Amino acid sequence: MSLAEQDIDKLCELARLEIDADEIGDVAKKLSDIVDMVSQLSAVPTDGVEPMAHPLDRPQRLRDDVVTETNLRELYQRNAPAVERGLYLVPKVIE
Amino acid sequence: MHDSTIAQLAEALRARRISAVELTRHFLDRIARHDPALNAFITVTEDEALRAAEAADRRLASGDASALTGIPIAHKDIFCTEGVKTSCGSRMLDNFVSPYDATAVERLKAAGMVMLGKTNMDEFAMGSSNETSWYGPVKNPWDTTRVPGGSSGGSAAAVAARLAPAATGTDTGGSIRQPAALSGVTGIKPTYGRVSRYGMVAFASSLDQAGVFAATAEDAALVLEAMAGFDPRDSTSLDEPVPPYAAEIETPWERLKIGVPKNFFDEGLDPAYAEAVRAALAEIEKLGADLVTLDLEYLHLSVPTYYVVAPAEASSNLARFDGVRYGYRSPGAEQLDLVTFYKRNRAEGFGAEVKRRILIGTYVLSAGYYDAYYLKAQRVRKLISEDFARAFREVDLLAGPTTPTPAFGLGQKTNDPIQMYLNDIYTIGANLAGLPAMSIPCGFVDNLPVGLQLIGPPLAESRLLKTAHYFQKATDWHRRVPPGYE
Repeated sequence: MSLAEQDIDKLCELARLEIDADEIGDVAKKLSDIVDMVSQLSAVPTDGVEPMAHPLDRPQRLRDDVVTETNLRELYQRNAPAVERGLYLVPKVIE
Repeated sequence: MHDSTIAQLAEALRARRISAVELTRHFLDRIARHDPALNAFITVTEDEALRAAEAADRRLASGDASALTGIPIAHKDIFCTEGVKTSCGSRMLDNFVSPYDATAVERLKAAGMVMLGKTNMDEFAMGSSNETSWYGPVKNPWDTTRVPGGSSGGSAAAVAARLAPAATGTDTGGSIRQPAALSGVTGIKPTYGRVSRYGMVAFASSLDQAGVFAATAEDAALVLEAMAGFDPRDSTSLDEPVPPYAAEIETPWERLKIGVPKNFFDEGLDPAYAEAVRAALAEIEKLGADLVTLDLEYLHLSVPTYYVVAPAEASSNLARFDGVRYGYRSPGAEQLDLVTFYKRNRAEGFGAEVKRRILIGTYVLSAGYYDAYYLKAQRVRKLISEDFARAFREVDLLAGPTTPTPAFGLGQKTNDPIQMYLNDIYTIGANLAGLPAMSIPCGFVDNLPVGLQLIGPPLAESRLLKTAHYFQKATDWHRRVPPGYE
């Protein structure tokens, strides 16, 4: 299975990434090699085998629905690229 | 001091023959002298280390010390450390100062361990050579033209060069065991869920597990004992008591049945490496073990299974890096539309290998491919896991090589992802099945270290560490120090 440059464009759209135009051919080739490598799984008979999502074969633990964290917004916002009056600044979203 | 075990250093601290400040200075001096050639550290936290060492000396004086109080340690830069840069080897987090400590870090601090700094790693732990780091590759102390392994390459190189008595690491597909083997140190990845993932930057959440590098199994046991345990802040943390590993490895030897998977020795394994591993197995046989050859039928499918599961989980986990709440933002990106803003921040913040894995993960999870790749890989993961479960009904441990070859040259595999991925052919299985596993030094090929891998059933950390400990009492491979770092 070989991925074309248009496939990479579509994946970049889905993954919110950009690949430079001069690198896209190389990326397509390397991704195709990886897809080829993982495609050998398709030959393995797995009828009736349960998919394994996780090594722990037990249900998720539940906890009481109570507040355990305090508000540390100011501390956390020290890592934000742009903040104003406690709000994160992003490009204009609403026209 | 750097050629002593942690137990010996702890004894010297308690007897007041040395102070924690002296010990910390000694290792900080070694880092200052040797790290420019190795690049094992991204951040050295000298001031914090000396303050922590002073606090440790006060604890030692008051008699309120643990077995690890005053012992220095380095943390892989994937662990959040309060007030200290936590980059995960990425430009994306180059400006990130963690507001809190990871549970593993918090526990080792509570035990009185002194953090020397944060070690270099492959970007977001994606790599087997430490060459994908934004901060440049780490060099192998045994031969600085070669890689130390990855992704925890900085931690492995730091312990190998005796720049730290111990270091933390994480292992998603071999990222503790493979660099331990290539750098000639002891490394253990415990059972999935044994050490909390809270505060550990997530790569592939169903595979990630934290562990330890040290010179000896005894040292690793001491550190793991302090790090492991239930944590309500990690929803996949195991609610099981932590055995006293350091005490259990000293109990009398009991005869073991050890399985040696035939296909661990198939073509692809360097013949001289195989010979060193076979000699180590013979040594373990002499300690009192029965070696049984067996087959892991699905082992050859572990690499393809992993390269569906791990990128799928990574593409989801790394969606959080958008340049809004923290992390890299491209200069002037505010002027772009929102989608281009996200794309630009991520395109400039992530390196090539991370992008590759996000794209593969996005591909295998996308409509039309989900069943064929992702669900299929999960079914094969089940087969691989059952393979191990079957083996452990017959044997106490599995043993074989950690890697197919000793350390390879810098740049040798960077342009061929598949060749790079095949480095982890023997290690990935334990991650897919969630099993504890370790690598210990067991010989040399052309003056480069060889690793013996031991894999155990769930929660068999004591058995692994004890086997490694008895092996290390009978051999001295783990005591060899790279020339120039004695």
